[in-house]
Amino acid sequence: MSEPGNLESLMDAVKRSQDILLANLVMMSETPAPTFEEEQRVRFLLDRFREAGLDHISDDEMNNGVGLIPGPEGSPTLAIVAHLDTHFAKKEAHALSLGSDRVRGIGIADNSLGAAVLASIPQLLEEAGIEPKMNLLLLGVSRSLGKGNLGGLRFWLENSRHKIDQAICIEGAPLGRLNFTSLAMMRGEIRVEMPDEYDFSRFGVHGAIYYLNDVINRILEIPRPSRPRTSVVFGSIEGGNSFNELARSAALRFEVRSESDDIADGILDRIREITEEVKARSGVPVQLEEVAHRGHGGLEYGHPLVQQCRDVMRGLGIEPQIGPSMSELAALISEKIPAVTLGISHGHQINTLEETVELAPIFRGVAQILGVIQRIEAKGTEA
Amino acid sequence: MKIDDWLKTNTFHHSTFWDLQQLVAEKEKQGLKISLCIPTLNEEKTIGKEIVIFRSELMTRYPLVDELAVIDSGSKDRTLEVASTFGADTYYSGDILPEEGFKRGKGENLWKAIHQLEGDIIVYVDADITNIHPRFVTGLVAPLIYQPETKYVKAFYDRPLAFSQGIRPSGGGRVTEILTRPLFSLFFPELTALMQPLSGEYAVRREVLEEIAFPVGYGVEISHLIDVYTRWGLYAFAQTDLDKRVHRNQATRDLGKMAFGILQAFLNRAQQLDMVDVKVELAKILRQFQVNEGLIEQQEFNIVEEERPPMITIPAYREKFGRELSSQ
Repeated sequence: MSEPGNLESLMDAVKRSQDILLANLVMMSETPAPTFEEEQRVRFLLDRFREAGLDHISDDEMNNGVGLIPGPEGSPTLAIVAHLDTHFAKKEAHALSLGSDRVRGIGIADNSLGAAVLASIPQLLEEAGIEPKMNLLLLGVSRSLGKGNLGGLRFWLENSRHKIDQAICIEGAPLGRLNFTSLAMMRGEIRVEMPDEYDFSRFGVHGAIYYLNDVINRILEIPRPSRPRTSVVFGSIEGGNSFNELARSAALRFEVRSESDDIADGILDRIREITEEVKARSGVPVQLEEVAHRGHGGLEYGHPLVQQCRDVMRGLGIEPQIGPSMSELAALISEKIPAVTLGISHGHQINTLEETVELAPIFRGVAQILGVIQRIEAKGTEA
Repeated sequence: MKIDDWLKTNTFHHSTFWDLQQLVAEKEKQGLKISLCIPTLNEEKTIGKEIVIFRSELMTRYPLVDELAVIDSGSKDRTLEVASTFGADTYYSGDILPEEGFKRGKGENLWKAIHQLEGDIIVYVDADITNIHPRFVTGLVAPLIYQPETKYVKAFYDRPLAFSQGIRPSGGGRVTEILTRPLFSLFFPELTALMQPLSGEYAVRREVLEEIAFPVGYGVEISHLIDVYTRWGLYAFAQTDLDKRVHRNQATRDLGKMAFGILQAFLNRAQQLDMVDVKVELAKILRQFQVNEGLIEQQEFNIVEEERPPMITIPAYREKFGRELSSQ
């Protein structure tokens, strides 16, 4: 089914659908959807599903949106999943600029493009002449990023009566990503808040940044094994207001990643001890808040779903870049649902105000999704 | 009160026309052809998005628009390349009716569109809208489809202006409130009912477009309104609220140039209609001033509101569309 000729015809079908795809990208991108505030975007997605005549169109109290393209009675269900939320507040200018070779707009790679592809799937299948032989569940999920901690998808998996047999997660970038394992991951925020009664006038006293720096130095001393691969990422830091005033508050956001649940847990325990120790020694409130937690797991390299993705990607001239993911894949894997994450195009300056994706690769990236759907339907993914 | 009655019957909100299936069915029943014209000059940043949205929503999904064309005054950037990439028909204004010559200005593009495009209705939408949406076309076309007596539909907005720090929730329409509405109040009180007489988005029946003259510059909109009003009356107009329109903010000095052109066009019309008697020849130079290293400098801008005659008077047009010169 996924011979080069067939894959090229999928590419042609995607190119013929350029208007639909790009219009969905514009409208999706210009509908703000910061994490926890995705209601406008899910409404747009469901309108698209309604226009396409999908079944079982619904949303839920978490702002997940779902529609079904039914297969034959009793057939298994393949879910196509994209997160709807972005890192950008509603007040940011969400206008998108469409050039002849690239498109620029906040949140476009992460993940307006993925969400736009999801909204376009019904028309893309029709244009490609693909008649689903299994149930295709199109699922736009909320509350994925940051403190959302995959809350939308977790809620859906816990509460929906519709069983998913396997899933493809769509991310805007990068094209070529093939994720089928999830790292153990913990995200936390360490906050130092100086008490109101703290006497800053005494010479030689320290501010919040000093104590936070102490915590950071100690975290850096925690031994990290090279195998299983493990890292601690300091993602953001903030504190203080000026050059010459001691900071009243400071905060660090970090992430621990590991191929081992035990090692990730151990590092988090050690960070907890460090914050307790600095708090006890200095008498200054130092608090650790754990905001996200995911377990390690995933598919084998030789799993049929992974193999089918590799075949389709190579057939389209896409070199698979294999690596772990911490996105929706993690929630699916924790429910023992075989799943992969695929990217659509090449992104630049992702999660900045200059976020951009290249236009030309989008067609290949979308053809890849259609090709994998076709392959799964033809061959199945029984491990 | 005529204005109040007209406001009740001929002022709409775009959401009234949400049912595009019904709109397309009615258009097809009447056998109408609709052309969408986007006049451009250096609009590469926004043109691609407009075309993609209009093609997808109003040609592919709902076949409301039959023809989508960009008519350009000679952009120096990649406007035409971008427009063509996303499937618009693109024209350089100077290539249309070449025997009539070329004049630089938006009005020239709008006028040439009447000859180039085939539609019974032509919708004009500016290219600098950053929050483009299908409503910019559906809201304007629908009153023409549903009300046969309506000939000319204008857009109005709650217009935020785009700033580097985000969006300011109100403002815009400065030339309207300072110049146009006071002029209308003095000479054409009923036209004050048009909320935004200078908006660049409107849909018009061909039978009207071919009968009215087109100033090529800033005066095109105000001239249209006066000409249509004096010939067909207030009820030829409708207006539709299209909600927000986000666009570039113009400097006050640029608005001064616009106001100068509008005033010229207005006085021309007022003289033709014997409403005023201007006893001097009006100057064509607008003078503005700037301070340069402590010295006040004069800047002169030559702004001449040239005018194209009604398209029906052009033989090549009459031949192409099989039209006769009307008796009026």
